[in-house]
Amino acid sequence: MIKALPIHIQQVVKTYGRIHALDHVDLEIKSGEFLTLLGPSGSGKTTLLMVLAGFTRPDSGSVRFGDREVIRTPPHKRDVGMVFQNYALFPHMTVAGNIGFPLRLRGVQKDDIHQRVEHALSTVQLDGLGDRRIDQLSGGQKQRVALARAIVFEPRILLMDEPLSALDKKLRDHMQIELRRLHEKLGITTVYVTHDQREALTMSDRVAVINHGRLIQCDSPRTIYDYPASPFVANFIGESTLIPVKRSNGNVVLDGQVLKVSGAVPDGRCSLMLRPERLTILPDRRNPDYNVFPGVVEEVVFQGESFVAYAVLESGTHVSMRGISQRETVASLPSRGKAVLLGLHWEETVLIPEANEDAPG
Amino acid sequence: MNWLSRPVSDIQITHGSRLWLYIVSGLIMMFLVVPTLIVIPMSFSDSQYLEFPPRVWSVRWYDNYFGSPEWMTATWVSVRAALLTVVVTTPVATLAAYGLSVSNLKASRWIFILLITPMMVPVILIAIGIFFAYAKLNLNNSMFGLVLAHSVLALPMCLIVISAGLKSYDMNQELVARSLGASRVKAFLVITLPQIRFSVISGALLAFVVSFDEVIVALFITGGEISTITRSMFLALRDQIDPTIASISTVLIMVTTLALVLTQVFGQSDSP
Amino acid sequence: MADALNARELRQDEWREKLAMFGLSLPALVLVFAIIVVPVGWLFWLSLFNDEGVLSLSNYTRMFDSKSYTRIFITTFKVSILTTVFCVLISYPFSYFLSQLPKRWAAIGLFTVLLPFWTSLLVRTYAWLVVLQRKGLVNEWGIELGLWDQPLKLAHNLNGTLVGMVHIMLPFMVLPLYASMRAINADYVKAASNLGANPTRAFWLVFFPLSLPGLLAGMVVVFVLCLGFFVTPAVLGGGKVIMVSMKIETLIDLFFNFGTASALGVVLMILTLAVLFLAHRLLRLDKILGERGA
Repeated sequence: MIKALPIHIQQVVKTYGRIHALDHVDLEIKSGEFLTLLGPSGSGKTTLLMVLAGFTRPDSGSVRFGDREVIRTPPHKRDVGMVFQNYALFPHMTVAGNIGFPLRLRGVQKDDIHQRVEHALSTVQLDGLGDRRIDQLSGGQKQRVALARAIVFEPRILLMDEPLSALDKKLRDHMQIELRRLHEKLGITTVYVTHDQREALTMSDRVAVINHGRLIQCDSPRTIYDYPASPFVANFIGESTLIPVKRSNGNVVLDGQVLKVSGAVPDGRCSLMLRPERLTILPDRRNPDYNVFPGVVEEVVFQGESFVAYAVLESGTHVSMRGISQRETVASLPSRGKAVLLGLHWEETVLIPEANEDAPG
Repeated sequence: MNWLSRPVSDIQITHGSRLWLYIVSGLIMMFLVVPTLIVIPMSFSDSQYLEFPPRVWSVRWYDNYFGSPEWMTATWVSVRAALLTVVVTTPVATLAAYGLSVSNLKASRWIFILLITPMMVPVILIAIGIFFAYAKLNLNNSMFGLVLAHSVLALPMCLIVISAGLKSYDMNQELVARSLGASRVKAFLVITLPQIRFSVISGALLAFVVSFDEVIVALFITGGEISTITRSMFLALRDQIDPTIASISTVLIMVTTLALVLTQVFGQSDSP
Repeated sequence: MADALNARELRQDEWREKLAMFGLSLPALVLVFAIIVVPVGWLFWLSLFNDEGVLSLSNYTRMFDSKSYTRIFITTFKVSILTTVFCVLISYPFSYFLSQLPKRWAAIGLFTVLLPFWTSLLVRTYAWLVVLQRKGLVNEWGIELGLWDQPLKLAHNLNGTLVGMVHIMLPFMVLPLYASMRAINADYVKAASNLGANPTRAFWLVFFPLSLPGLLAGMVVVFVLCLGFFVTPAVLGGGKVIMVSMKIETLIDLFFNFGTASALGVVLMILTLAVLFLAHRLLRLDKILGERGA
């Protein structure tokens, strides 16, 4: 039996008046993949999820689950599991009633329902809570019930709309790992919506970054983080300072210094991405693996597990540099007003194309 | 410390300084309830001029009421009209409330306003309008015509109550139900309706009361065999004061109180 | 754009769904159209013809020429305004009292509002007749206790009408007022007294303005309902208090004069809608002011 289906999204457009909620989105989601739609609020990520679920009818485009075109299929015939942000559990039914609901709709035998509900409960580690009323559950338990309800009828596709956003941080971190484990066990194609970049990086096989209704980049978490396709992605995921660079004779130049660069140099105008944790303080300029940026320390802030040094480069650009709070690094901390040499390893020297369509903000 | 000097709230107001408020409020509560309730003992007075407390007790006004074919007919007309009004209005209002709350049409607001016009147009104008139209359609003095008219009058209240219920209901539940395999109709019947049932019941109860209480439209469009009890009471009050009305009133107060208690009970069971 | 992927089919589906959702309110719309809009529109049409069946505004001009009509409108307004004022004076302290009680006790207090609210209007009007009439309860007790010797005229006049109407309208004022007072965050008043306002000033500067929306809503409802009132003045007024609705009824009942009756009805409707419209604007204004203040 097929456990999962690929999703083919083609040229999906949704407008509200003159606003493009989705602007010609193309996306291929592989069978069994955990894909996260990541973007700021109002970016269109939830709209795309609702299009997949069938609750939002796009203006045009095509969505196929496997070979089946579903763009005009009503939600109840799409066979997708769905978990909402507020769980949307049915308060007039017990936990078992909620989980058994999709099975009853499919005319499953009573004994069979009971068995499968029990199984689903144990899958989400809620054994024995079937008779509980919904209002007797904690937030985390509600979350699990909503999940069990969405997977009990063995859909090939699971959609989740910010399912963890109502939980407190500790529980959220825990559930992230658990969801990930569950996904590995079930092998179901999962589309997950979040605005939390850390969550997206933690859980996903691939992350699709969306802004202003457009798909900007869809790659593995590492690629998204290391090689953002645009300034928006670089800024939205992790911290970064972007410094425009110049070109001369095929070389990339910053403040008169030729940069040693990793990967291909993009065409057109581009910027150097400086991530705080990628910068190190160098004792001298001797190490040839590093691009070196001299600057002056403005401030050093202790943040617990790490510290951040704010510095201004010779060109006047403000950058920050993060180091872990470890005895050696702390000892080498410069003090305010001191000159420092900030180093960036050439393998981590990445240029971002200055895309004109997604200026941040 | 005695009770009067104890503070009422976190800011320094004592019960003593609020004594006047308690007394005034007590009087207002009496004003609200006593005149209505005093009819009950008086209806058992034997005298033509109802007394309180009755010097001689009797149930003659009840005999008058229950023994009179006219009053009994009128009562049944009212009960039937009210029940039929509930049967017509409740589903019509529920459908409209659902349709308006689900569709995000700009027209929804205007449709809603149009649907509550029966509440804003003076009843007397509605009454003569219906009377005039029914005269052309030969619908005056018919149960059908009466129920239609009362259904329209009950529609706004019913619609408002059910819409309010839907507003506080989480529509995501219906979406979830549909993604889990329920058709739209099924999702409404199995998930939404059970959760807004108290609003629907309240709406139905209101529809019943609106119809049962209605005087002015009934005054114009009914008569003879199809005369409602409130119409008959009104005519009787305007002409001469018949103490039988005291007994009828007592019965109506009892019914009202029962209904009120029932809604309280329903209300409690509905909220988790 | 016409050849975009599935665009035509999706547009059709969208329209079909919109139509279906609109269809849900169709029964209600048909009812309102058939029973309210068409007949009332018809009456309006009738009101534009004079007794000879010629198009004219005579039905309307008559209202301004004839003193008797002017008097009826004055009576209607007088009764409505007085009833509204008395309702405010009674409801405000009472709602305040209820809003300060713990919820459980307030429920009991509200019961005294809901019981008359649900009791038939006719029953309540009748009850006041029994209490106030010449040989009624008040007169009987008053004479028996020697407070006065001749029966006072309490019913069948303006006073009786007002007492009955205030009693009937009170719930419409208390319920919204109570709701808006309950919604006032007690911390605001605490903050005010923390900033140095004494309880009286805290009340007038903080609590009262916040309760205004509920008060206004109640006033509008009561005033509008009073404008069209019929049963209570007809029974308790004893023919001395003639309001517009009653005049309309007489015109139809005795003279079968649809033209004049309709014109009166139309004017009454326009007045009612004007009050509602003004209130709508006013309440929204209030919201804007509230936001600016916050």
